[in-house]
Amino acid sequence: MKREGSPWTGLGVVCAKEVADHLGSVRMRILEVLMVLAATGATYVAGQQLHGTVEQGSFAFLKLFTTASQPLPSFVSFLSFFIPLVAIGLGFDAVNGEHNRGTLSLVLSQPIYRDALLAGKFLAAMVTLLLVLVGLWLLTTGLGIVFLGLPPSGDSVARGLCFFVATLFYAGIWLAVAMLCSVLFRQTATSALAALGVWLLFVVLWPIGAQFVAQVVHPAPFGSLQALLARHELATALSRVSPNTLYSEAVTALLHPAVRSLGPVFAFQLYRAVLGTALPLGQSLVLVWPQLTSLVAGVVLLFTATYLIFQRREIRA
Amino acid sequence: MNDSTILTQNLGKRYGAAVAVERLDLEVHRGEVFGLLGPNGSGKTTTILMLLGLTEPSSGEIRVTGLDPRRHPLSVKRRVGYLPDTVGFYNDLSGRQNLAYAGALLGLRRADADERIDALLQRVGLSAAADQRVRTYSRGMRQRLGLAGLLLKRPRLAILDEPTLGLDPEAAEWFLDTVRALRGEGMTLLIASHLLHQVQSVCDRVGLFARGRMALTGTVAELAREVLGAVGYIELTAAADPQGDAEAVAGALRSVPGVTSVSVSAEGWRVAADGDVRAALLRTALEAGAQVTGVRWRRPQLDQIYRHYFGAAIHEA
Repeated sequence: MKREGSPWTGLGVVCAKEVADHLGSVRMRILEVLMVLAATGATYVAGQQLHGTVEQGSFAFLKLFTTASQPLPSFVSFLSFFIPLVAIGLGFDAVNGEHNRGTLSLVLSQPIYRDALLAGKFLAAMVTLLLVLVGLWLLTTGLGIVFLGLPPSGDSVARGLCFFVATLFYAGIWLAVAMLCSVLFRQTATSALAALGVWLLFVVLWPIGAQFVAQVVHPAPFGSLQALLARHELATALSRVSPNTLYSEAVTALLHPAVRSLGPVFAFQLYRAVLGTALPLGQSLVLVWPQLTSLVAGVVLLFTATYLIFQRREIRA
Repeated sequence: MNDSTILTQNLGKRYGAAVAVERLDLEVHRGEVFGLLGPNGSGKTTTILMLLGLTEPSSGEIRVTGLDPRRHPLSVKRRVGYLPDTVGFYNDLSGRQNLAYAGALLGLRRADADERIDALLQRVGLSAAADQRVRTYSRGMRQRLGLAGLLLKRPRLAILDEPTLGLDPEAAEWFLDTVRALRGEGMTLLIASHLLHQVQSVCDRVGLFARGRMALTGTVAELAREVLGAVGYIELTAAADPQGDAEAVAGALRSVPGVTSVSVSAEGWRVAADGDVRAALLRTALEAGAQVTGVRWRRPQLDQIYRHYFGAAIHEA
């Protein structure tokens, strides 16, 4: 049975209203202040350190993102910690919040499909995240110019942009997880806890679990190379289910141009290689292409699951 | 078909094993105010959601303004206004902004929408509070804002779910007056409610809903004849008649054509009749020697019918 009209009727209206809500909300302002403080602090400390120690090569700019200085973690660590929180904060009450306020039936009795409501909310949160990330990118670049006293090279800018695009999709995964929870659970507190629980699972337990399972499956009692390699490969494969692993691998290759492989490297593979030279951006992208596509695919899959469940939900109070 | 705004045939809705609505045949004519009555959980709201295309029926056919809400949900929602029982708004937006959002979702042009919204705020008496946040609104104001949102569509059919629940008598009276005015403007209305005397005062026809089925439909007088066996009551009061005489008079009254039952009360006689037979009753009573001091014609109240019917239905079950 073919439905009448476009499923995107009203998408722009929903999206514009949600973006306005996000940008005006107290929740978002608190997160923004935290992020700006963290970003400024991390970049400043990294800048100070680089100023003294590192010879200012063409990739000094990228080191701004990744250099940690004892009490403070690097900008990248800050981001990989904060971004999931922001994304969950934007999405955890997307659907059940409307339901509890009684606005869901009112909005859906307007001539729009449910598709527009869900996609509009998702897009609005992505736009908000994009705004935050662009702001952070400009802020760190500006601070970098001030602290280092030299303009970034074209390659650094391109790598920085790729890094922020990867971050956007990483955020998209957590946003989709939060929205899925907001469709699954009626209480906003439950869905917030569930989404944070999934996040903690992947941050804390998953890496340990992956190592543990790999050790049990491949005990390698005699430490043979084959067994150790098999164990390592299993552990890596398992840990790559986690979006955190995918993201950190992608970021590693993008921000460290000298990184040539994300897996184990044998001595014979390094035969006649010139160590420490930077890869061109294209080669770095090739290296982490599976990670980047997996992040995008994760967003699409999670959003599709949310969509399917939401379509089947009864909207009555 | 042309003059029926709502037509359902054999409509059914099942949630797993539970039956919410079963074999529902409902017809609401154009320009009519139809009252949907029934206890909680009898399937009224489910029926309304199916009419709007917000819930998929399990079986049967629906036509709303001649369209199938499953095939043409957008057109149906454009023509049908809905006021849910727990009407919700975005609390942090003003009344005007909430209406503007609804207008944008409707696809109205900005200037057009602003003009309509101003007129409607005037009509529902919210002009002064239009720019306050909805958070500060009372229940009555929210309900009026909901009505304004419904009228923004200029709908052919308005569906009101428990519109006067929780309103103070004055606000409820205002609401009923507005319903009468809308009927006068040619709008068709479907009202689901528990507040029977209010329904009786505005509805042309009513339908009694019991356990997912439409048990009875008709005007209040038709229902009274069906359920109570009478369309009205006549109370004859008499001055200090001895009891023996009263029984004799009652016997004489029973023989009057149109009378269905007579009972003796402390003040006189209570006669149930299927028409206004006051003149004949009075003549008979006087001929039988009764000292009649007053004759009063009483319409059966809907709550009497309702209680009688659902009381019987409960006994049968």
